Amino acid sequence: MSMPGMYVSPEQLMQDRADYARKGIARGRSLVTLEYGDGIALVAENASATLRKVSEIYDRIAFGGVGRYIEFDQLRIAGVRHAELKGYQYSRSDVEARSLANQYAQMLGQFFTHELKPLEVEIVVVEVGIGDEANQLYRIQYDGTVMDEEAYCCIGGDADAVRERVAEGYDPELDADAAIRLARAALAGPEREIAAPDLEVALLESNAEDATHRRRCFRRLDDDEVEVALGDSADQPDEGSDQEDS
Amino acid sequence: MPFFAPGDDPGASFLELLRRTGSEPFAGFAQVPAAEGGFGSLEGSHATTVLAVRSSDGVVVAGDRRATSGNLISHRDMRKVFPADSYSAVAIAGAAGPAVQMVRLFQLQLEYYEKIEGKPLSLEGKANQLAEMLRAHLPQAMRGLPVVPIFAGFDPADGRGRLFQYDVTGGRYEEQDYATAGSGSLHAGTVLKLGFRDDLSEPDALALSVQALWHAADEDSATGGPDPVRGIYPVLAAIGSEGFRQLSDTESGEVFAALQADLSSGGSEGAARSDSAGGGPSSAGGSRSEVSP
Repeated sequence: MSMPGMYVSPEQLMQDRADYARKGIARGRSLVTLEYGDGIALVAENASATLRKVSEIYDRIAFGGVGRYIEFDQLRIAGVRHAELKGYQYSRSDVEARSLANQYAQMLGQFFTHELKPLEVEIVVVEVGIGDEANQLYRIQYDGTVMDEEAYCCIGGDADAVRERVAEGYDPELDADAAIRLARAALAGPEREIAAPDLEVALLESNAEDATHRRRCFRRLDDDEVEVALGDSADQPDEGSDQEDS
Repeated sequence: MPFFAPGDDPGASFLELLRRTGSEPFAGFAQVPAAEGGFGSLEGSHATTVLAVRSSDGVVVAGDRRATSGNLISHRDMRKVFPADSYSAVAIAGAAGPAVQMVRLFQLQLEYYEKIEGKPLSLEGKANQLAEMLRAHLPQAMRGLPVVPIFAGFDPADGRGRLFQYDVTGGRYEEQDYATAGSGSLHAGTVLKLGFRDDLSEPDALALSVQALWHAADEDSATGGPDPVRGIYPVLAAIGSEGFRQLSDTESGEVFAALQADLSSGGSEGAARSDSAGGGPSSAGGSRSEVSP
């Protein structure tokens, strides 16, 4: 389709597209991924219990996306397909996050430069290491830029502020519950609280005692489990009765 | 990375995805002419007795470990009972190569569906998926490479174990009490028929399965019995509300030791059998053990 009218410089064109994508991403809530003692936690602020931001891709690989749901969900499905086909053609151990992250980068880059509008998404692809292997955290931006992150990684509208708050409380030896609490505090900031049902939490666990038997490391926590992890459930009856009194 | 236009999307079917990306999963043998004299002349591996029994806790699945090529034993430790996913199992009889490949595709399909859709298929949906694979496999079956599976699982919607039997054309038949497949299925089925009760506990169902396999091995040369010398025992698996659990070789060995003790202490038909048991286990020195699966 040819565009009638005036000349637009390539710099301006790219700038406009980047602004457009950033605006779309900034409208959504953020997502925190952080390594803890025995795995990786993915925590997102998400009021929906069915339209998910965090998902399983493969045995040790998880996916998180922010921005336009339908766009990052398409990317999630493409990732599952890529991983399953590769595992079927070669072996399960040949499926790894690095190659998947590169595939995503290519795809996002392609959209950014060749399509009418860029994808308004930002995603993370993480892989938990078993034994001596290190964890891998990749962050991929709307234009296909891949970043290899360490320890923690934040995406979404408020990512920079959230990252600073995670950095303040971060310790690589955290247990899973502490990691989830830190992620919630970082997502909420000092001025508000996020209740358990508004959090979406999943873990990639490397410590499962039966790691040799349990191939799939991904575990999604339901609302009750999230509440227990946050330590909300213990004091909730008191809070409840207080509210009833007042 | 595969990306499809809306309307052209293969959805939650892994087989369809394979076809779209250029590798037809069942095409391998389509061009192969039928061998003269059928499958036997090809000397491929053949897998034999598998069974499933419903218990009060769910369902028990078992299979022997022998694969044969003609009159030779090609594998002593073949596995014919597999977890299909965490709440179901599939057991196979027939031509070993295509059967193992079908199990692999079936497992991938169930997990793939679960990931794409965000929730697992219903038990009935899983049973239908396996029937569809058998239908796609029919041309190979007609060339002498039949696969006959049993599918069993715990249905969380119903809160009970369910089991399904199939034929080579993809016919799917839900059974209420027990199912058998393979060359020793007639003998195993008779034992199950006589021993089945509606209130079998899981340990009782395991003991009955082991008895059925023992008699199948006793009468059918293509079915293997327990092999205490090498420590190879038939695969036993139990599926209940807690999910799929395969018994360790030690646990399976204990269930067999109990049967052996029962047979050699002059139980039902032990004395007559133990002298003439060709393919079956030796009953010498059997000590009584508790069954503790």
